[in-house]
Amino acid sequence: MNENISFLIDFIREAFRGGRIFYSWMSLLTLIVLLGIFSYSRQLQEGLIVSGMSDQVSWGVYIANFTFLVGVAAAAVMLVIPSYIFNDKAIKEVVLLAEGLAVAACIMCMLFVAVDLGRPDRFWHLIPMIGEFNFPHSMLAWDVFVLTGYLFLSLTIPYYILFMRYKGAEAKHNVYFPGVVLSIGWAISIHTVTAFLLSSNVARPFWHTAILGPRFLASAFSAGPAFFLLTLQFVRRYTDYPVSPIIFRRIAIIATAALQINLFLLFAEVFTEFYHQTDHTVSAVYLFFGIGDKTALVPWIWTSLALNVAAVIILSIHPLRERDKLLNLACVMMVVGVWIEKGMGLIVPGFVPTPLGEVFEYSPTLVEVTVSAGIWAAGLMIYTLLAKAAIGIELGNVRLHSSSVPVS
Amino acid sequence: MKRRRFFGKLGTASVAGATAASGGTLAAKAMSGNTEELNDLWDSFFQKHYRRMNPEELRETIARLERRARKRFGKNINIDTNPAEKGVLFGYALNISKCKGYRKCVDACVDENNQSRDTQIQFIRVLEMEKGSMNLEESEHYYNPETVPQEGKFYLPVQCMQCENPPCVHACPVKATWTEEDGIIVIDYDWCIGCRYCMTACPYWARHFNWNEPQLPTEELNPDTHYLGNRPRSRGVTEKCTFCVQRTRKGRQPACQEACPTGARIFGNLLDPESEIRYVLEHKTVFRLKEELGTEPKFWYFTD
Repeated sequence: MNENISFLIDFIREAFRGGRIFYSWMSLLTLIVLLGIFSYSRQLQEGLIVSGMSDQVSWGVYIANFTFLVGVAAAAVMLVIPSYIFNDKAIKEVVLLAEGLAVAACIMCMLFVAVDLGRPDRFWHLIPMIGEFNFPHSMLAWDVFVLTGYLFLSLTIPYYILFMRYKGAEAKHNVYFPGVVLSIGWAISIHTVTAFLLSSNVARPFWHTAILGPRFLASAFSAGPAFFLLTLQFVRRYTDYPVSPIIFRRIAIIATAALQINLFLLFAEVFTEFYHQTDHTVSAVYLFFGIGDKTALVPWIWTSLALNVAAVIILSIHPLRERDKLLNLACVMMVVGVWIEKGMGLIVPGFVPTPLGEVFEYSPTLVEVTVSAGIWAAGLMIYTLLAKAAIGIELGNVRLHSSSVPVS
Repeated sequence: MKRRRFFGKLGTASVAGATAASGGTLAAKAMSGNTEELNDLWDSFFQKHYRRMNPEELRETIARLERRARKRFGKNINIDTNPAEKGVLFGYALNISKCKGYRKCVDACVDENNQSRDTQIQFIRVLEMEKGSMNLEESEHYYNPETVPQEGKFYLPVQCMQCENPPCVHACPVKATWTEEDGIIVIDYDWCIGCRYCMTACPYWARHFNWNEPQLPTEELNPDTHYLGNRPRSRGVTEKCTFCVQRTRKGRQPACQEACPTGARIFGNLLDPESEIRYVLEHKTVFRLKEELGTEPKFWYFTD
């Protein structure tokens, strides 16, 4: 037990140790978090009326960010599989960082759901036994269940591996491997459940399609690794941690293949929707072309498409992909493209038109934007701290008994 | 009652800390040291699910809710909890050849059900439709001509269909909404967490949300209420048509039915073979809106 406590203390100390760049970065994030908290307090005081949401479009950027980030959390599995199952040495070097990103993304997901609640003070109604948990009927209950479980797995497996490393011992394969296998299935499930949360709604033809689940996974496995790759560029630049170039190539290939599949699925969907238009198509028409003078989402979705297509072109041509700057650019485009596609481009048109055929537009307010930014900043903060401490331990800078402060 | 004593012993500061979770204004009130107010806030926070309360807890809860409503509106209200009657299953039928689009039902519903006035929540939406088409996308929601009915139009009122297979009830993650024995789908407004998943799930756009603190002038407050029906709501929860549970469980007709000047609305007990609604279902050509979605609405439309 004492070893665990000293591990945690050293972990936290390492997480917060850093130079000027680190502290400037953390200060910037803190500022954004504070701004978010300020906006959220306004929302608490006045109610969700300060958002752009309405009875017509009753979910907005909060849930949009939630769906995107579930994908980022799930995407860690694309690094977990090669490193633990196929024992890919190169990927294994960074898999703990990917799991750190999964933890941060999970927490962001939970925060985005929490800020979307009309009555956050009744959050405890969701706790099984104490509250009333509508399991297995409600897909939202499933989502709460799988997200919590995934967060637990993403915390415990790296904890064990880092703790053993901290003690100077070898992590026992038999101990963590069952957890790894479980977490692989679990990662797929969090995104599948989130897709089902939407696709199960007969009231929303735009989501009520079997392709939604596969599309969710494909887009997650492109944007998630792309986001992770970008963060690795910072790790390579600002830490002593060796990130071999081969890792970038591997992750880029994963993201490329996923993005190609994602675009194909999108094509399949668009074809089916538009070849013979039905009631089912109205939301897609609104999304891509607008209805009458209601065109709020049109610039979003075409930007997203342009970004995704440009990214897939860069990534699919080997000489282009192997140039660092272009690779980074493609990753940025992919992250932004998928973020729009799964957020504003998926959640909002599900509500337009309403089930009674009313076309009512949504655009986020400043409160929603700043609260969302605050949650993103909090997530990046968590990821930075976890990654920093993990790197320190992996490098062997933080070891049991090497601490100058005795632990009682 | 134990909690009352518990608060008596506590210092104001620590109480403020305990209640701060339910909002900054609560903490401010806590500082004022009003013990009854504090007890009410504490009990509100930990109020059980409606269907889990025993008779004594329910009595205490109703007394507190009535007390708080009196504070909020300066007027006595009565909150019923009478349960569904055995052998009753409510259903509704609406004659669209008689409906002229006056929207009297909409107004009567708002008068009866204590909806928030400033956000203009309405449980009934009358769609102005092109004759010859049932395409809802072509409907006009905000029609406002000098006179109705307009040439070439017909009118389609839509409200909660009290589905037998309700997607909204399946969706709720905390069982804050359910089907009562008499077929009415109700919400425990004090249990709803405001996630709005039920609104996403409803194919009839029958659920509405209190985006802010509901504004209701005292003189417009209807004091005859039911816990599961028209009692005053708070901010951040959903609400919907309950076939006027506060009236219909006392043998009265829903407000919309009473208000309709053309007699287009037929409401009654589906299990009573002598009821008017059974006559309509057996003798008229009826249809249900979006029947293909399999939600089994208990709301039928018919024509003469």
